[in-house]
Amino acid sequence: MDAITTKIAATGTNPDTGYTSYRLGGFEFARDEYFAHVSWPKGSHIIEIDRFLRAMVRDIGWGFFYGWIFFDDIFGTTNHYGTVDLFAGAYDAGYKAKGLDHLETFSAETVKEAFETISRNWINEGYDPLSAPLETGSPLGPKTVERTDALVRGFAAASRMLGLEGEPPVRSDATGHPINRAFADMEFDKPDIECAPGFEGQLHAINLFDHIARADVTWNPSFTAVTGASICCVTSEEHMLPVIHGNDRNEWFIQLTDEIHWQIADKNSGQPRGTIVMKPGDVCAMPADIRHQGFAPKRSMLMVLENGTPGLETRYASGELKPYPVDFG
Amino acid sequence: MAYNTKVGSLDSYDKGTIELADDLRKYAFSNIYEVAGKAAPFERVAMVQNLEYVAEAVRVEGESPWYAAPHDEFAIVMDGEVTFRFVQLEDDQVPHHEGGAVRLGGEPNGPAMGKVTARRGHQVLLPRGAAYQLSAGQPAVAFIQTRDGPETVKRWSEICTLA
Repeated sequence: MDAITTKIAATGTNPDTGYTSYRLGGFEFARDEYFAHVSWPKGSHIIEIDRFLRAMVRDIGWGFFYGWIFFDDIFGTTNHYGTVDLFAGAYDAGYKAKGLDHLETFSAETVKEAFETISRNWINEGYDPLSAPLETGSPLGPKTVERTDALVRGFAAASRMLGLEGEPPVRSDATGHPINRAFADMEFDKPDIECAPGFEGQLHAINLFDHIARADVTWNPSFTAVTGASICCVTSEEHMLPVIHGNDRNEWFIQLTDEIHWQIADKNSGQPRGTIVMKPGDVCAMPADIRHQGFAPKRSMLMVLENGTPGLETRYASGELKPYPVDFG
Repeated sequence: MAYNTKVGSLDSYDKGTIELADDLRKYAFSNIYEVAGKAAPFERVAMVQNLEYVAEAVRVEGESPWYAAPHDEFAIVMDGEVTFRFVQLEDDQVPHHEGGAVRLGGEPNGPAMGKVTARRGHQVLLPRGAAYQLSAGQPAVAFIQTRDGPETVKRWSEICTLA
């Protein structure tokens, strides 16, 4: 059987919890009241359901993002931009040593469809995995009523700059995005734009902080400005990044407000390397050979600069490019 | 519960920490307010480098030279108030070098397009095809998304936390 063309299949519905179980290639997915259970021919793994759903829905919305998305230290996806690996233990030293690791490659569309199917069945009304934990209900318990609204939101991407004609709008009351409670103490004004006669509409500026303060999603970057392949992504971060991200290229974090604590580990082995605490104005690279996970005690504003140049992942993977961005000479 | 959002400024910032069992040069950890606070006005100090792309911290104090780039750039005001004045360039005046801002000899002779006055948190388009000048009556900070260019200043060893 060619795993690339395999589709997700339902394998039964638990009569007690009401949740459906699924198979995708050699992977099986089931949930109970508290946990997701992932199994494969040589092993199985259990993940707390809130974390599992927060990771899965973001992975869908991000289009599998850049590189590795670890739902936890064991299970996750790797984006090859057209195909996606599902892996279990493939980047864990213990699973690798015992030969319990497993990896299968599918088309990206197949994994997207599978994740959407699972998420639809496993998410009940009243629970929104894109919201901060303080702003949504619990995912725990048996199946009640499935949500019918969109699973993902907040991923609108500007191709030049947010708010220009033909681009996604800046968030506002009119778009249904009030200022989040955590930024209610801030004052937001608009930049003053004075165009000379004949140049109306040719100058452009936005209140970026206001846009971020109105995000109704967390750990969910949106593109606001693009220079060539350099993409400015901004996002509001609260509680914990529900995935561990291992990038396939270098990226940069710019802390705009408040603070985020980043736990850093070796990308391939998961061996911890330490912690970075970023405060307002701090700038830090995330090298291509690490995995990182953020913790934000208070909702904060983060800017991320990504290099979206096609094919970079293979240039880093081959060693042509160094896994860190700056040459100190 | 009432929240207290923390921001930084030239006069008041609290730099974070980096505690890693790794070569800290790989992370190039720095702080915009610290870098701008030590920079001369309008030095464009690289704080982000992603192959040919950079982001530069600029201490805005007084009037800058006029700049232009062969591509869009974007400035975020991180402290203070900055006025951006724009002049339209003729096609043959638009720089054609590989990337990044270049300093012009003076104010271009094209038509004035207008100005944008921006404060903390505002993001301003510096469009291809226009020359621009930054000015501020009081020291301010801009963070510019652009490409590595002739005006980009690099002093990584001075600005980054290395131990």
